[in-house]
Amino acid sequence: MTVTDPDTEARADPTSPARRPGPRRLGGVRRLGGAVLLGLLVPVLFVLGWQLLATSGEFSPSQLPTPGAVLAALVELVTRGELWQHIGISTQRVLLGFAAGAGSGLVLGGVIGLSRPARALLAPSIQALRAVPSLAWVPLLLLWLGIGETPKITLVAIGAFFPVYTTVSAALAHVDRHLVEVGRAYGRTGVRLFVQVQLPAIAPAALSGLRLGLAQGWLFLVAAELIASSIGLGFLLIDSQNTGRTDILLLAIVLLAVLGKITDGILGLAERRLLRRWN
Amino acid sequence: MQTTATRVAAVPVTLRDVDRVFGTGDGAHVVLRGIDLDVAAGEVVALLGASGCGKSTLLRLVAGLDRPTGGEVAIDGARVDGIEPRAAVVFQEPRLLPWRTLAENVAFGLPDGAARSTRRSAVAHALDTVGLAPFAAYRPRAVSGGMAQRTALARALVRRPGVLLLDEPFAALDALTRLRMQDLVDDLQRSSGATVLLVTHDVDEALQLADRVVVLAPRADRGAGSGIAHVLDVPGARPRDRADPVLAALRVELLDRLGVPRHRPA
Repeated sequence: MTVTDPDTEARADPTSPARRPGPRRLGGVRRLGGAVLLGLLVPVLFVLGWQLLATSGEFSPSQLPTPGAVLAALVELVTRGELWQHIGISTQRVLLGFAAGAGSGLVLGGVIGLSRPARALLAPSIQALRAVPSLAWVPLLLLWLGIGETPKITLVAIGAFFPVYTTVSAALAHVDRHLVEVGRAYGRTGVRLFVQVQLPAIAPAALSGLRLGLAQGWLFLVAAELIASSIGLGFLLIDSQNTGRTDILLLAIVLLAVLGKITDGILGLAERRLLRRWN
Repeated sequence: MQTTATRVAAVPVTLRDVDRVFGTGDGAHVVLRGIDLDVAAGEVVALLGASGCGKSTLLRLVAGLDRPTGGEVAIDGARVDGIEPRAAVVFQEPRLLPWRTLAENVAFGLPDGAARSTRRSAVAHALDTVGLAPFAAYRPRAVSGGMAQRTALARALVRRPGVLLLDEPFAALDALTRLRMQDLVDDLQRSSGATVLLVTHDVDEALQLADRVVVLAPRADRGAGSGIAHVLDVPGARPRDRADPVLAALRVELLDRLGVPRHRPA
């Protein structure tokens, strides 16, 4: 369109008073709002494309249900009271497993990062264990721990352990030697040296390790629930596949994405607050 | 800013036939051999030498950060064994903890067991003596190199050390900041009365600050390690005039001993 309306032209001019950025704060809010809108662009386009594909007749509803059908599945599960059970148990498994795995990752990563003999003794074996694909543990865990909660939480813990262990042990081995020497010169040894110098020095790396560990925890949760469970989002995936409820299957995937994003966001918030001290 | 530090109980430092050899067997590398040195309580001794002559190694032995392979290092008659609580070190780099404020970094120098209120006033006083009271809440990354090094000095002073160990503390600073820091350390030493061991490769700095200059140099026989090549009593009371002709003459002498001959006009 080559016709220019003088009115819209004036409004589009960035230097016109109507468009001039307001006070700083407002500009910041507007920028943030713009970033959020931009981030939403791809999901919105995705849902639109999904809707078009689903209604194009190329796929049967059992192959690709519409977004509306997935929403209806959500309402259905909520009214049946099942949704919170699935979400609750999966979240509980992830949080418990993450706590156990990240906790032991911190401790073992700490020991191996600080002690040369411990590193020589343990690091190669841990690296070898790390190379085992996650699903390979499942039959063994079922055999040893039965089909209750323990094997699932254990698998999540295994998943959360390695990223935390790796980042903590590597970061500790690379803490500025000068700072450690200052700590020693000013009488810090052992636990006090660790708490006052080494731990704060590795905190940024450790936090990103925790975030990776959490993401891996969700991954391993699905692996555990796919294979042996009667409740949880992973179970919802496999059960809806078996019963041909593709709408519920897609819903479970969306729920996993949302939950993963929320838990990661909480850790990210903690990370930002902490890193403010560093810069 | 008040450059009067609290008086401390100065202590003497003694080195008896001290050796430091790194490695063993064929790979052994002798850094120091047969060092004998007596530093009186309240005396300022500059350890002067070229890079790599082992002067920092010597300082680390006194600080207890390293152990001699032979001989004995003693502070106030007691053998140094591990980190020495009566000594405080200032390194060439400020080495501040980046996640702590300047005040919290100074507090890192305090020994354990002090009450909270005395800790706070000690930190405030130490920051004040180096002229950084208004910057107590700043983080190390937000201040200049000179301010960071003054913070490191305050961290050492807050311990009220009997002996202050300075390992080329001004080497990384620009020329003007270096001169100001020298004056500051001179003032603080005279008001606190602490024994000072200053490692430096700067002849002027040694003559400006020290009561005695100890020249450390490698022996003629390569592989025999460094020893004390010369000891010079610096005349005149501190603070000294940088333009003093007596110091200028000593400067030429010391530079000559360090292998930098004098250039005479043709």
